[in-house]
Amino acid sequence: MSNPFPLEKDGLLDAYRRMKTIREFEERLHVDFGRGDIPGFVHLYAGEEAAGVGIMMHLQDHDRIASTHRGHGHCIAKGVDVKAMMAEIYGKATGSCAGKGGSMHIADLSKGMMGANGILGAGAPLVCGAALAAQKLGHDGVGITFFGDGASNQGTVLESMNLAAIWNLPAIFVVENNGYAESTSVDYAVASDSYVDRATGFGMPGITVDGTDFFAVYEAAGEVIKRAREGAGPTLLECKMIRFFGHFEGDAQTYRAPGENEDNRKNRDCLKIFRAKVTEAGVLTDAELDAIDAEVLALIDEAVKEAKAAPLPGPAELTTDVYVAY
Amino acid sequence: MARTLSMKDAINEAIDQEMARDKTVIMMGEDIVGGAGAAGEDDAWGGVLGVSKGLYHKHPKQMIDTPLSESAYVGAAIGAATCGLRPIAELMFIDFMGVCLDQIYNQAAKFRYMFGGKAETPVVIRAMCGAGFRAAAQHSQMLTPIFTHIPGLKVVCPSNAYDTKGLLIQAIRDNDPVIFLEHKNLYASECDVPEEPYAIPFGEANIAREGSDVTIVAYGLMVPNSLAAAETLKKEGIDCEVIDLRTLSPIDMDTVIESVEETGRLVCVDEANPRCSIATDVSATVARDAFKALKAPIEMVTAPHTPVPFSPSLEDLYIPSPDRIAEAVRKTMGA
Ligand SMILES: Cc1ncc(C[n+]2csc(CCOP(=O)(O)OP(=O)(O)O)c2C)c(N)n1
Ligand SMILES: [Mg+2]
Repeated sequence: MSNPFPLEKDGLLDAYRRMKTIREFEERLHVDFGRGDIPGFVHLYAGEEAAGVGIMMHLQDHDRIASTHRGHGHCIAKGVDVKAMMAEIYGKATGSCAGKGGSMHIADLSKGMMGANGILGAGAPLVCGAALAAQKLGHDGVGITFFGDGASNQGTVLESMNLAAIWNLPAIFVVENNGYAESTSVDYAVASDSYVDRATGFGMPGITVDGTDFFAVYEAAGEVIKRAREGAGPTLLECKMIRFFGHFEGDAQTYRAPGENEDNRKNRDCLKIFRAKVTEAGVLTDAELDAIDAEVLALIDEAVKEAKAAPLPGPAELTTDVYVAY
Repeated sequence: MARTLSMKDAINEAIDQEMARDKTVIMMGEDIVGGAGAAGEDDAWGGVLGVSKGLYHKHPKQMIDTPLSESAYVGAAIGAATCGLRPIAELMFIDFMGVCLDQIYNQAAKFRYMFGGKAETPVVIRAMCGAGFRAAAQHSQMLTPIFTHIPGLKVVCPSNAYDTKGLLIQAIRDNDPVIFLEHKNLYASECDVPEEPYAIPFGEANIAREGSDVTIVAYGLMVPNSLAAAETLKKEGIDCEVIDLRTLSPIDMDTVIESVEETGRLVCVDEANPRCSIATDVSATVARDAFKALKAPIEMVTAPHTPVPFSPSLEDLYIPSPDRIAEAVRKTMGA
């Protein structure tokens, strides 16, 4: 049977594995956080996997991304080590940031992952810098900043869009529009009905895609990333998506319509949509996907087990990684 | 009549009573009501930790949810303050001040002086501060020294529910811009709080515990930590006086100096980073104005000169603990 998809079988399996890894990672955190195992707070990316993975499938390590408070999915999609991430969220010495950063600050610069971020909109200027560096150093890397519908109203984001446009930077502004900023609807908080119009106002093209459809994201991202690599400048890419859980763990979500979460899980689950497409086309089988499911589950189990067993950072670590301590 | 109230509820009550008294009092911030434009419940959040829950139904015209645009809405609160309103802008976590600082320190703080005394800016900027919540480097800072450094701003950081209510009412009635910092690890702490409205004047420290051997100066979460240290030291025969500064600008140095003149020993406790902090400021002033009264070198107990670490094992070491405070007191006693 012919393959109607823009990826070969290997690529499809890779995409599925990344999405499934994010899903299991987040579902597991949801349970373990509820049990009180995890310090602080976590914002889960479950439901939004197709967007992060659809974009990251096009990227290499020299392509830089700046993430958000909802960063686990971006990290996994960009290739950050899952076990080190889990250990970081548990605050352990073996974590990606030696336990000093936590969920909201996971970074791996060697993978081109410039950090999750506790400050909304903070990634946009940083990514202009990444794109500027690529331009000046003469490599074909791109810089991609992710931000939510809520953070799209930060001055830093708007200033960065203008800057990227006038400098013709290889920068991409990804709006992850899940309809809510905490409990506030995008309909209340964003004046324009269309992010494409906003992009036009800043002198760059804008594209809106269904972020629950991996293939829609993959294709649109491919085009805008190619454009950036070829020196044609920045683009805004809006992914309309679904947040399965609350804003953070512990959010009662009374702002949602009755039945909204159940309906989303049932009808707008990007993993189910992906599975249906590839199996119906006869390119992948349920058995192949189920095998990945089992491997991912085992990986997450192991990651949690190792994270729990790992040592906490020792007292001396308090004053390391600073150029001077008082 | 007094009853027990948490600091969180004391904040809610102060705003409620002031909004009822004066319709020019408005509050704006992110999700302070919650659910705006969404299909579900109104007043869905009442702030990220539920501090303003219920105020929307009592004062619907005075409670305004904002987009995630701190520079715009904090600035709008400041502008409105110069035009007849008395706005409270909630900046969820003080760590977010970076995105709106210009409106605070170049605008609000300077109007009165720069315009030759002609402007009044009755705005309150409320925010959570402090470590201990496992909230990591960008949601845990104690940035009191930054604001205290800026002329024109008043800076408040209460340690208990009673003071919080009185100081917040004072802040709302005050005609200068006030940075009102609420330690998130104190939100649940309870004490007796009168039901009726009352204002506590700024620039008056509270002697939280009387003692004759050593003066401990603190604010915010460091007050309960200092009181705990004082309890331990009592068993060792050391009698500590604990002074709660309550407001850092203006600061009540008279009470501190008077106390040091009695005790001859000073320990300054500050959750902020050690350089150019409230601790160094109080120490320097005492060294200048009460040098002759000192029987021992001044001690300072502060956070280290690092960002706030995430891991519980490190964050617990970051925050000045009762043990570290007690150790510093013993040092001033020559132990
Ligand atoms: C400058 C700043 N303001 C406010 C916050 C608090 N905050 C964290 S996440 C969030 C909502 C973000 O909404 P959105 O950008 O739509 O992203 P989503 O959570 O939906 O992924 C808010 C208000 C913050 N972290 N930084
Ligand atoms: Mg959102």
